Order: sequence, then C-alpha cells, then structure tokens
Amino acid sequence: MRRVSIQLQVNNKSVKAVCPANATLATLLREHLGLTGTHVGCDTSQCGACVVHLNGVSVKACTVLAAQANGPEVVTIEGIGSDKLHPMQQAFREHHGLQCGFCTPGMIMSGIDMANRGQATTEAEVRKGLEGNICRCTGYHNIVQSILAGAGKMQSGEGA
Amino acid sequence: MADQSIGQRVLRKEDARFIAGKGRYTDDINLRGQAYACFVRSTVARAGIASLDLTAAESVEGVIAVLTGRQIAEDGLGTLPCGWMIHSKDGNPMKQPAHPVMAADSVNYLGEPIALVVAETYQIARDAADLVVVDYDEKQAVSDVTLAQAHDQLYEEVPRNTVYEWELGDREATMAAIEGAHHVTRIKIRNNRLIPNAIEPRAAIADFNPATEDLTLYVTSQNPHLVRLILTAFIQLAPEHKLRVVAPDVGGGFGSKIFVYSEETALSWASRRLGMAIKWTAERSESFLADAHGRDHYTEAALAMDDEGHFLGLHVKTQANMGAYLSTFASSVPTYLYGTLLAGQYKTPAIYVEVDAVLTNTAPVDAYRGAGRPEATYVLERIVDVAAGEMNLSPVEIRRRNFITNFPYATPVALEYDTGDYVQTLDRVLELAEWSSFEARKAESESRGKLRGIGLSCYIEACGLAPSQVAGALGAGVGLWESGEIRFNPTGSVTVLTGTHSHGQGHETTFAQLVSDRLGVPINDIEVVHGDTSRLDFGLGTYGSRSIAVGGSALATASDKIVEKGRKIAAHLMDTSPEEVDFEGGVYTARQSNLNKTIQEIAFAAYVPHNYPEGLEPGLAEKAFYDPDNFTFPAGAYVCEVEIDPQTGVVTIARFSAVDDFGNIINPMIVEGQVHGGLAQGIGQALLENCVYDSNGQLVTGSYFDYCMPRADDLPSFQVDLEVTPCTHNPLGVKGCGEAGAIGSPPAVINAVANALGVRDFDMPATPEKVWRAAAGS
Repeated sequence: MRRVSIQLQVNNKSVKAVCPANATLATLLREHLGLTGTHVGCDTSQCGACVVHLNGVSVKACTVLAAQANGPEVVTIEGIGSDKLHPMQQAFREHHGLQCGFCTPGMIMSGIDMANRGQATTEAEVRKGLEGNICRCTGYHNIVQSILAGAGKMQSGEGA
Repeated sequence: MADQSIGQRVLRKEDARFIAGKGRYTDDINLRGQAYACFVRSTVARAGIASLDLTAAESVEGVIAVLTGRQIAEDGLGTLPCGWMIHSKDGNPMKQPAHPVMAADSVNYLGEPIALVVAETYQIARDAADLVVVDYDEKQAVSDVTLAQAHDQLYEEVPRNTVYEWELGDREATMAAIEGAHHVTRIKIRNNRLIPNAIEPRAAIADFNPATEDLTLYVTSQNPHLVRLILTAFIQLAPEHKLRVVAPDVGGGFGSKIFVYSEETALSWASRRLGMAIKWTAERSESFLADAHGRDHYTEAALAMDDEGHFLGLHVKTQANMGAYLSTFASSVPTYLYGTLLAGQYKTPAIYVEVDAVLTNTAPVDAYRGAGRPEATYVLERIVDVAAGEMNLSPVEIRRRNFITNFPYATPVALEYDTGDYVQTLDRVLELAEWSSFEARKAESESRGKLRGIGLSCYIEACGLAPSQVAGALGAGVGLWESGEIRFNPTGSVTVLTGTHSHGQGHETTFAQLVSDRLGVPINDIEVVHGDTSRLDFGLGTYGSRSIAVGGSALATASDKIVEKGRKIAAHLMDTSPEEVDFEGGVYTARQSNLNKTIQEIAFAAYVPHNYPEGLEPGLAEKAFYDPDNFTFPAGAYVCEVEIDPQTGVVTIARFSAVDDFGNIINPMIVEGQVHGGLAQGIGQALLENCVYDSNGQLVTGSYFDYCMPRADDLPSFQVDLEVTPCTHNPLGVKGCGEAGAIGSPPAVINAVANALGVRDFDMPATPEKVWRAAAGS
C-alpha cells in the first residue's frame, strides 16, 4: 500500500503523519495520533461514533480519507474543552446523556454542530439532527435533553 | 453529604472520562510489538470443509501465521462449553454438539470462524484472510425455528435437531382446566430474532509472556472472572492463576458480552503459540454474524377462563432457536428464565409450559437484555389482551380481576414472589398515561385521517438468579453469589472492589453512593474498582439485572463488617466498650463521654496500630460473599399509545408511560436512564428490529442498512415513574432495573398497534408494510 504524508491541524496543533493511502481519518486519529476518543462503531458509516469536526463542520471520520484531510483543521472530542468542559460536555453530564460512553464523543460533536447551525432549538429538531448517530444505551431521551440544554448554554455563552 | 446519600440524583463519576473522550476501551489499548488478527469466516451456513488452502495467505509479506481449527484441536484445547445443563421431560440430559473454537471439519453457520490470520498490521491480516481458500461441500441449511425438527439431522449426536424437550408445571391440572373452561383463548405467536448491537464491537488483546507463562487477556466482557474460569476449566488454555482477564471500559453489553466466544479463545491460544501479543477488533459486520443473537421463539398458547374472565389455566408450547451451537448460557434462557415467568402478575392456578430447544444453521442464540423474560411477557401480555377482547372485558379490567394481591405468593411455575403492589402500579400508570381520556385523543387523530391505539402491559421480572444451591439443582454450572470488598486506605480514602462489571450502568457512582451512605465517607474519596481479575478475588459479573441486588448487597454486608471492626477500635481509643459506641455519618461517638472519632481516624489507627485493641488484627478491609435467598421480583405496568398513518403504515409512538417497582432506589437518575434504554430496545423489537436469515442460512440483515436500529426520531420522550415496595430479603431492599424496559414494552406496543388496527393477531416487528397491509385489509 502506497503511503502518504499528511500535514494538518488537529485540536489546534500542527501534526504530521505518514500513513497508508487508504487510511481513514478515523484510523489516522486513533492509530497514528493516539486520539482514541474518536470511536469506530460500524463499517458502513451509519453509527456516528466517529464524528469529528473538519473545518468546523461535523463529518464521520470513517468516511473521510486521511489524505483528504491534508491541510484542514480537525477538532476531536479531545479538543473541544481545553481548560474546562465545553458546555455541551457539561450538559451531557448534567442530563445523564450517556451510559457506556462509546457513542458519546460522536453525540457531543454532532450536538455542537447542530447548535452551531442553530438546529438544536426543539426536541423534534434534535431528534431529526441525530439521524446519523446511533446510541444503544440511553433510548436517546437524555441525549436529546442534553443537546437542547448544551445548545442553550452555547447560545447564552454560559460555561463557554 | 446529604446530596450524595441513597435516593439522590448524584451525577456520574465515570462521566468525567467518557465526555472527554478519555474512556479506555479494549480497542484503545495497544501493546508494544502487538500483531493483529483477522478471522477467516464461513461464507456458507452448512457445509463440510473439503479442503483448506493457506498457501497464498501465508506467502503475503507481513503475515506471521495462519492458524486453523485443526491445529487448535491438535493442541488439545477444549471446546466452548454451555454452562447450564437442562434435562428433558424423559429425564435425559440435553443433547449438544461439540462447539469447536474454530471449525475443523464442518461449518454450521454463516460467519463461523475457520482460520485466524496473524499479521504485522490489521490491513495485511484482512487482505491475507481473503486469500484463504476454503473448499466447501455444501449441504441444505435450515434457519427457521419451526422447520428445524423436521430437517435432516445437523449433528450425529442430536436427533431431530432437538437439544431438549423441557417442561415445567402441572400438565394434568392445566389440561383439565382447559377442558372444563368457559372459554379458551388461543394464540400463535413469534418472538422475532434480534441482534444485540452494543455500539462498541467486541474486541480482545491476548498477551502471553513466554518468560513467566502468564497470559493477560483484555476483552470486552461483562464478567471477566467467568471468562477466566471457562478458559481454564473447560478449554484448558492456561491455569487460572496464570491467566489475568481484564474487561476495561466496555461499550455496552446487553447480554452479548457475557459469553465466552471463539475469537478471544482462539486469540489467546494463538498468543501462547506464537509468544506475542495479538489484537483483534470486530468489524460491525462480524458483530452481526457472530455475536450471540437473541429471542427467536415460536409459541402456541392457550388461556382458560371462567365466565367472569378469571384465569384457570395456561398452556404454553414453545420452540426456541438455539442457533448452530449452544452458547455459554443458551440453554437456561428459554427454560428457567422463561417458563418460570409465565405466571406474570396473575394468580393463574395451573400453568404448564413445554419448550423444545432446536438447532439451526444460524449464529448461536443466548441471553439478550431480558433473556427469556421478554419472551414470557410477550406471550402472556398478548394472550391476556386477546382474551380481554374475546371476553368483552377491557384490558385493564381483565388484569385487575386476576392480579396477585397477597404476598409472598408461590406461583405454579416454581417461583415465590416476595412483594409487590400490582394494583397500585397499574393505577399509577393509567393516571400517568391519561388512559381515561384516550377516546378524545383517538377522535382527534381520526379527524386527521390517522388511526390511534392504546396498549397495556403488566410485566414481572426475576432478577439476581439465586440462591446458588437452587440454581445448581436446576443445572447451573456456576454459583450465583457476588463478592465485594471494601478497603480503607490509611489516609482515609476507600477502595471498593466489586465482582460485578459496569458497561454503562454507572456502578462507579451507584456503588460509591451506597458505600458513602453506609460509611459516611464522601463519594469523591471512594473509588469503585471492577473488571480486572488481578484486582479482586472472584466475581460473577453483570447480567440479569443482578448487580445492585446481589453485588450491592455484598458491599452492604462488607460495609457493615467495616463498621463493626471500626467500632472495636473506636471503643479502645475512647476508653469504652464497643456496645457503648454509636456510629452515624462517618463518626463513632462514645455514648457516655460524648467523645468521638471519625472513621478516617479509625482507619489510620488500624494501619498504624500503636494504640490498638489487644488481639485485634490491624488493617481495615473487609470482604463479603453474598448469596441471595431468592430472586428479586421487579414489576411494572406500561402503556403505549400509537398513531398510525393508514396511507403509509408508519407507526408513531405518540406516548409511552412506564411505572416500575424496583424496590428501593439508590440513584433515580441512573435508574430512569436504564428504563429509557430498555424501552428503546423493546420498542425497537416491536417496530423496527428483525434479524432475517434466508432459507440457505444467509444473513439478510447483516449491516445497519438492513437491520433497523432505533434512532432518535423513531422514539418519543418517555414518561417514567417509580413505585416502591422494598425487596424483603436483601439488606438494601433493592430489586434491579436493567432489563425491565425491554421486557415490558414489546407487548404494550403490539397491543396498541392491534388496538389501532382492530386486529386480533399481529406479529413483531410492526413494519410499515405489514401495518399498511393490515390497515388496508381492515
């Protein structure tokens, strides 16, 4: 397999890596950069456990080739709350929006993206927005509450 | 302290790492120099293996070894055991085929492991696995549970492909009740096959150390000690004291991570054989193919009633699909976890249940959230609803007439319920669901061209399978107690070790709350440790909603021992007798002098015993093994309201209300979360999820494109509430809450769908096509 060298910004740090040309962004993050907060839960781009932000927009890291991410800015779950928790992280904790924690990074990253797009204002909107994220533990009830609350906090600047 | 005590909504300690992406799941662990494994899996459901050609795979650069089932057999490894012996009606022990770690001569389900490729990278292993050539001698497979007994024999040792023909209850009394009844309601019903789909795929890393001959296995398990026991006692992989099993953060289990599978067994063997660490992580496709599936029953049932709708007798005859081999606890699921639950909340005087467990060319079927109890509840709560219709009684009234109201109550199917208040639970849910104003909502739906239906389900659950002696008499291969240990550290913090395992349940918080409440130590000074056989003596893990009732009770007992030992030390330091010392809120007080000592001071004194009671051992650490006297019996009542678009057949859950009685509650926030999750899985089964094999045993639903997982917009927000009748036989009065939602909800949904459509029978899942057809026909 041909190897490619990649340079990109991950969580505000400039990083370089050499990886196989067919490596996904998820593989790059997990295997080459040791950022294991981005999880892989399926092989068909359905579960959303691997959602990260690429140039500020949520993408499934299993669906983007590492080579495609050459240059841009990637933010993962490890990069959203520097000194203190991001308001969306806080909301997930306060509203019991997670159980086993495996889908959680993807849920939080999707939630932030929805809030950034102003599409986390009603329960129906959040439920629709979570179309690409599967959780098997929570029944989504508390995830929806968390995202609504987190988006509210982001809006008001609280905890940011 | 008050905000951390039992009954408070304490935020979870474990969340700190999970929300930051700092959980440590098996696939997050990488060992220096590890190799990677990929399994070669059967592409057909039933075949002899005529030949296996490894040449091309072995010649790939970077491949370290290609190992086969035959080599495992030659190395003298055992086969994968089923840990529960069931006897048939005729007294004969169940018949089971040997379950090889990897297939050697024949394959019996799609995805069965045949060979293991070990390579320098996963990519190389995966590419090389594709080059292994298997020459299959294909035979006609069978996948449908109702066709298995008439199909040609899959294994020489299992005639009629029937593992056992089990029975429970009084046949004669039940048949007599049916014969003489005013009315008999009969149903034929399927419980659809499910694939568990924990979002973390199974994974393992086996690390054999040739110098010490120690083997460490990291594995996605709900019960690491059980894995160690089985790998040692049945598979002879390594002596128990040389085997360490670690189940780190585990991303959901729902039963599927209880079992000892081929993959971690083969990987451990390969690690020992090659003398290197090897890692395997399942792709989701492998989870679909090779995780143990759930449910898959076909049942015919008859309920006999008098002219007022009082139940007189219930006869249930079930065929249960076991898949191609008996998984670790498979045999117990359609028997002692199913037949025993068929009394439900009702005082039916005579019950007789027969279960034929059959083998098919499908993945093994074993416990999945609820395990037997959802199947029993589905049969019972469907037939009760159909009976209500036939007797011209409302679903509420027929249940009220038959509720058990006096406790303890011995059922005709071997259980003794200790406590409950089914009338109160029902009343509460009817209020929560606004049952009485349903007709108005129905009229409103109809004005928009929609159908609306309401469904009720009253379930009983049995948790914390016990006591060990009884379980043993019924065929269990293990004890069913739990262990707990509490260690005060000299500086006053507390390490709590539990034999249960948390993979989403929040034990690190709930158990800390429990111990904090008992010992008066702040929660932040308490660390709950689980999931590593090297850190605690033994434990039986988490399944069957047992953790709080059995594991929590062990910790309560250990806490009490700590308090009593501390009392002796405190008495000595305060110059009085232990009988004169009170303990409350973490402080020992001498009744006479009013002197006091904190438990942390006592802990320090116990480790620095300069001034110490004569003859008392130093240290402040206590263990307890708790073997319950009985099961616990959570119960509840659920109401589901659906709206159906007859034009499209789409079913929308308009409202879902649940009232559960789990006994005393440690953390209501966590308990509600468990209910929500269970409800989603039960609603998923009722509306969306369905595992389909075709007649050749090919898996039709092998990805998230074909297997419909519940997503956020398929579900409503839930209305949940709790009723409390404390369990009478454990020190905490707790019952367990993990599975209830998945047990009680499927019949509530289908009763609602049937109500909306005005049909008597309707099988899960209520997909748009089936619903549309039914709506068009009505």
